[in-house]
Amino acid sequence: MTSDATSAGRRSRLGYRINAVGIAGALIVAFWIVVAFAAPSIIPHPIGDIVDSDYFGPMGRELWLGSDYLGRDMASRILMGARYTLGISVASVIIAGAAGVTLGVIAAIMGGAVDMVLSRLLDALNSIPSKLFSLVVVAAVGSSIPVLIVTMAVIYIPGAYRFARALAVNINTMDFVVVARIRGESLSYLIRAEILPNIIGPVLVDLGLRFVFIVLLLSGLSFLGLGVKPPYADWGALVRENIGGLPYAAPAVIFPSLAIASLTIAVNLLIDNLPTKIRDREAS
Amino acid sequence: MTSLVQIRDLRVEATTDSGRTIEIIRGVNLDIAEGEIVALIGESGSGKTTIAMSLMGYARAGCKIVGGSVAVDGLDMVALSEKDKAAVRGAKIAYVPQSAAAAFNPAIRIMDQVIEVVRIHGVMPLVEARAKAKALFRALSLPDPESIGDRYPHQVSGGQLQRLAAAMALIASPKVLIFDEPTTALDVTTQVEVLRAFKSVISAHRIAGIYVSHDLAVVAQIADRIVVLRNGEVQETGTTADILERPQHPYTQQLLAAVAPDHDVRRDASAAAAEALLEVHEVSVGYGPLRSDGQPAIVAVDNVSLRVARGRNLGIIGESGCGKSTLARAIAGILPPFAGGVVFDGRELGRSARNRNPDQLRQVQIVFQHADTALNPAHTVEDILGRPLTFYHGMARRERNARIDQLLDMVKLPRALRLRRPAELSGGQKQRVNFARALAADPKLIICDEITSALDTVVAAAVIDLLKELQRELDLAYVFISHDLSVVEAICDDIVVMYRGRKIEQITPEAMARPEHPYTQLLLSSVPKLDPTWLDRLRQDPEQVRAYCQR
Repeated sequence: MTSDATSAGRRSRLGYRINAVGIAGALIVAFWIVVAFAAPSIIPHPIGDIVDSDYFGPMGRELWLGSDYLGRDMASRILMGARYTLGISVASVIIAGAAGVTLGVIAAIMGGAVDMVLSRLLDALNSIPSKLFSLVVVAAVGSSIPVLIVTMAVIYIPGAYRFARALAVNINTMDFVVVARIRGESLSYLIRAEILPNIIGPVLVDLGLRFVFIVLLLSGLSFLGLGVKPPYADWGALVRENIGGLPYAAPAVIFPSLAIASLTIAVNLLIDNLPTKIRDREAS
Repeated sequence: MTSLVQIRDLRVEATTDSGRTIEIIRGVNLDIAEGEIVALIGESGSGKTTIAMSLMGYARAGCKIVGGSVAVDGLDMVALSEKDKAAVRGAKIAYVPQSAAAAFNPAIRIMDQVIEVVRIHGVMPLVEARAKAKALFRALSLPDPESIGDRYPHQVSGGQLQRLAAAMALIASPKVLIFDEPTTALDVTTQVEVLRAFKSVISAHRIAGIYVSHDLAVVAQIADRIVVLRNGEVQETGTTADILERPQHPYTQQLLAAVAPDHDVRRDASAAAAEALLEVHEVSVGYGPLRSDGQPAIVAVDNVSLRVARGRNLGIIGESGCGKSTLARAIAGILPPFAGGVVFDGRELGRSARNRNPDQLRQVQIVFQHADTALNPAHTVEDILGRPLTFYHGMARRERNARIDQLLDMVKLPRALRLRRPAELSGGQKQRVNFARALAADPKLIICDEITSALDTVVAAAVIDLLKELQRELDLAYVFISHDLSVVEAICDDIVVMYRGRKIEQITPEAMARPEHPYTQLLLSSVPKLDPTWLDRLRQDPEQVRAYCQR
């Protein structure tokens, strides 16, 4: 009566199913993560060395992606740039996610005044335009990597809070939370064991999306000259440095932009096509 | 003689998430003669709705009719093109859904929805259709037949809406009608009126049809023949009288036995003599912001007192909205009452769970109606049962494991289920886990809030037997809340009848045959009996009906 016939998409032995687009996204993301970790040992030239006799050099056998406005090796600079772009963004998104989700779940469980105060405070924070806010902070405090991380985390806390709170409010009305509550469980148990496991999936997807926003904001800040300081450069800074090469269609300005695009699009494709667990009660 | 509907060797397959196919209807044969109502009876998942839907050539998303034929008035519904099926649906075959409230568009007037079928198929002029609709409203004994069509769906009651859904189905004079559990969502007193209306319309129009239900007593009133289904196969077919009086198949006998649970021999001592475990003193509970007089905007429970003796059971019955679940929540401390108090074991309990100490919380446990939402889907059975053991009793790992096994044995679940998550359990299993979690606390009182109403009759009967058995072993007391009177009658020593937030009477099961309060009389007389002539013989005082029913 049962047969192992037709199945949409690939199936793995783990009981998860992912489609081709998701796999492509995952591969690109994995590629950039590996690059970020291995960059110092795989770059062909030190990033500070001027290796080309000309500036905005073309792609060639020696310099894969040409040279930048000072004649430095572009491939090396992009590979090293991945460290800054990925590292800073991941750190920000973790801080924003942890803070936002914790506050959101607390607000949902406690309700009443706590919910009111937290929600209004974070709404107020949310009402400040994000680019303007980061420009002001970086201009006032000065740009360093910790400042960038914290600034961008603060900007994305309200979004993570709203999302987590909305999910947690729904879970909070379920009978199993009522049961835990009248058992006399503490707030931390309710958050940790009852609510969090049931919202973690959508929350992670949301954080993936937020990561993309943070990459774009960081690149934007760096493009404006407020991000990572020379001689180091993330991808946004690389675009800015080499913007002068745009009239010559220099690879130096095109490839950092492509790197930003490939990472953000790949993350988006991945989270839109995450592996889904196969729900089949009777199988195996 | 050829029958109006002929289903031959019907096979329906469903595709699961992982791409496996499961045969959910396995070669069913069914005949319906002109003017005959055939009931499909079976537990959930037995395929009764799927068969009924196949009459319209329709299979729900994920399902596919893979074999057999469904001939309705000479047309094979399976073989027809989608366009031809659409021409038949509504005109020759019509459908009365389980939830009329979900079937009506809240933004369109009732009359326009009732005659929509006529407009689509163009079977008669709209003026004529409106006149016919009004005649149907009258035949279905709806109030204000002339003007009820001008209302919106939210302006009529649930029972009226269900009858309006029947009018919608009947408007194009279909040859075959499909009733899909049309009274399941209704209160018993409302159900009586709806069943009467259906019955008179069916006999007046000589309608043939399928009546899908899990309630044998309801089916007994309407159907000419009964088909008993299980796992997509016909178990037994027979006339209503035959099935009820001379069931052949063991499963049919089981179903019949579950409808009328056996009554226990009552323990001798009267409840009043035994020591009180729980006393509820003039409790009032409400929702919404407090008004100036200190009362909340909506008072759901008004000044109710009751008493549960140690090791005994109290039933609370009443229709939906009478405040019985709210009262349970107030006793458990989920919803603090705004007046009155709860005394447990001689000590006053805090109004809210927050003001009670862990031991008090441990001794009163509540089991909810929907096991689906009462069990955390992210936890395994082991986690769910283990938590109260750690929390209340501070058990270490080994001790806890032994106790979890014991609890699973108590509720008759195999130990192999320990590592499953709730989504991997059946409804009955979930409710047992739900109950085992309450037992894990070693309580003295368990509040059971409609715990059997989401279960099939046979499964529910097994759960009730389990409750009785555990009570004998563990000296538990139950507060048993239900709208299913036979369940309450089977298990309770005392029964409290509630109406609109008030306790109107307290009776014993023995006295249920002759209640004093008119509402109790009405409520008890409205419970369908297995006797096919019950509905025709039922006489209710119209005065009472008017006074207590919002039909």
